[in-house]
Amino acid sequence: MSALILLTVFQSLILFAGFFAPYDFATQDREQPFVAPTTLHFIDPQGNVHIRPCVHTLEDSGQGPEAGPTDSGLCYPVHFFVRGTSYKIAGVFVSHFHLFGVEAPGRIFLMGSDAYGRDQFSRFLFGGQISMLAGLIAAILSVSIGIVVGGIAGFYGGWVDELLMRGGELFLALPWLYLLFAVRAALPLHISQWEVFLLLVSVMGLIGWARPARLIRGVVLSAKQRNFVVAARGFGASDAYLLRRHILPQTYGVVVTQMTLLIPLYVLAEVTLTFLGLGVGEPMPSWGSLLASLQQYYVLSSYWWMFLPALLLIPLFLVFYTAADALQEIHKTVTL
Amino acid sequence: MKYFARRLFHATLLLLAVSIFSFAILQLTPGDFFAPMGLNPQISSRTIAGLRSQHDLDRPLPARYGHWLWGVLKGDLGRSFAYNSPVTRLLAVRARNTLLLTGTAMLLAWLIAIPLGMWSAVHRGKWGDRAAGVMTSGLLAIPDLVLFLVLLLAAVRTGWFPTGGMVSASFSDLNAWNKGKDLAEHLFLPALGLAIATLPTLLRHVRSAMIEVLEAPFIQAARAHGIAERRVLFRYALPVAANPLISLFGFSVGTMLSASLLVEVILSWPGIGPLLVDAILAKDVYVVIGAVMLSSILLVAGNLFADVLLFAIDPRIRVE
Repeated sequence: MSALILLTVFQSLILFAGFFAPYDFATQDREQPFVAPTTLHFIDPQGNVHIRPCVHTLEDSGQGPEAGPTDSGLCYPVHFFVRGTSYKIAGVFVSHFHLFGVEAPGRIFLMGSDAYGRDQFSRFLFGGQISMLAGLIAAILSVSIGIVVGGIAGFYGGWVDELLMRGGELFLALPWLYLLFAVRAALPLHISQWEVFLLLVSVMGLIGWARPARLIRGVVLSAKQRNFVVAARGFGASDAYLLRRHILPQTYGVVVTQMTLLIPLYVLAEVTLTFLGLGVGEPMPSWGSLLASLQQYYVLSSYWWMFLPALLLIPLFLVFYTAADALQEIHKTVTL
Repeated sequence: MKYFARRLFHATLLLLAVSIFSFAILQLTPGDFFAPMGLNPQISSRTIAGLRSQHDLDRPLPARYGHWLWGVLKGDLGRSFAYNSPVTRLLAVRARNTLLLTGTAMLLAWLIAIPLGMWSAVHRGKWGDRAAGVMTSGLLAIPDLVLFLVLLLAAVRTGWFPTGGMVSASFSDLNAWNKGKDLAEHLFLPALGLAIATLPTLLRHVRSAMIEVLEAPFIQAARAHGIAERRVLFRYALPVAANPLISLFGFSVGTMLSASLLVEVILSWPGIGPLLVDAILAKDVYVVIGAVMLSSILLVAGNLFADVLLFAIDPRIRVE
């Protein structure tokens, strides 16, 4: 249960990324590339203790780019519920309010900044939106195709069933990561980021229908022999009515379980493909593109905070899987 | 015997379908390997057209597929545009490297999973089993990508392991013993990463298969007869629990070519993975299709292999 609550917390952080992130994902600060995570100071330069933390600004050390900037000693307080750059909540409502922010010229980088001086924390939250959306849409696509194909195969049986399930085996037998690559390769490399995103999602969703279809077929197969279904058929119910009213509702448990399994799988697929340069690209952030910068040797060896997004994915997926287990337990008891 | 003939027939049909499928999606889409050359003003369009016809890219799709399939029957997977060499030779070297990596990793993972899984099943519910369970869930939650990046980071920071390639630059000058040592040093990190990535799933399967068997009445009967616990476990329980594990083993043999793509790319192991990624980005179609076909064949063969093993080991299946 606590996993479900934690999952909700994580999801709302990502859904309301604009509010929790102090900056826009694309805001650059070329003066401050690769800045380490900002320290919150509770003691000002005069030695007074404050409850409200402040952050120091950085200034050019005058020793060239190798030495990096030095601490200016000037402290700018952190404020809560501040007005900042505008953003959209769920793509609809426009808002200016951010949970926290720092008075200019202070900048707050909770997870450091990347090569273009963009705030990693903001990019992580906004990137989550893309990655989660990809996982969600692809999973819905897979399960919907699974319901249609599995429903038809299980309900009508015979050669239709044989044909559809052999087709499913073809998809199961494929090394799917390779196939994903092959399909992505077939698509033009230079198209707009949203088109890439949609193509990626549909390809992932289209490839993965076989497993849910098989499971749903199994449920439909047993459901159509239940007495009340046979009775309804005896009363002259049409096929469409039987499927809609009596048979497909029984697949609910399988559908929920498959969704909880497929969403993290597809989120990971998106991360992997984007990491390898086949997914959504700059300036749109996704978890994959955040990790992609680690492919550069100097980033990996010199800036430890660039690793933070990668490490944050571990607790996130732990919560995912635990919540999925919990959901499956609930639906097991419901369906039995 | 009839059963296997049918299985073999199905497998062949499946591979044929895979080949048509991947051929179609790769060839029907716009752009090809020679398209970027059109951007270069120094290459005339006639040269490009010549290159296209040299590689048969100007012929209709069914004709090209027929030509390719006829070549496959003779053991020829076509030519790579980028390397200008036969795909078979290109893939053979890479496949050998990949199999060396995945083979080592698989051996490592199974050697850890079987004893640890059995131990967990025997001590079910005790603190050791619970600790192992927590560890498994934790490992399962680490995305493979992150795991490999952590390993790469560790290698870069500590400098204990070489961070890429399969052998050092001075490999050809070394004697046999040092050659082996050099190879092992390069192999260690990717193999470890891959083993850790596959371990949690194996561990869970071994544990649950063992638990199911240990609860069976015949094990209780064996214990009641006073047979030593060790003998009960290894002589009576393990062979019965092996049934689902053999299917899993067949599957892991089947994925030996495709499972290591990520680790190969991140830790720069010169296997099929990096070759495939490059080929895809360059639209080097015959290399892509060759790699997809090779791994599909292995996957189908792995499943078939598992079924044969099951047939040989489990008398219940033979009766059916």
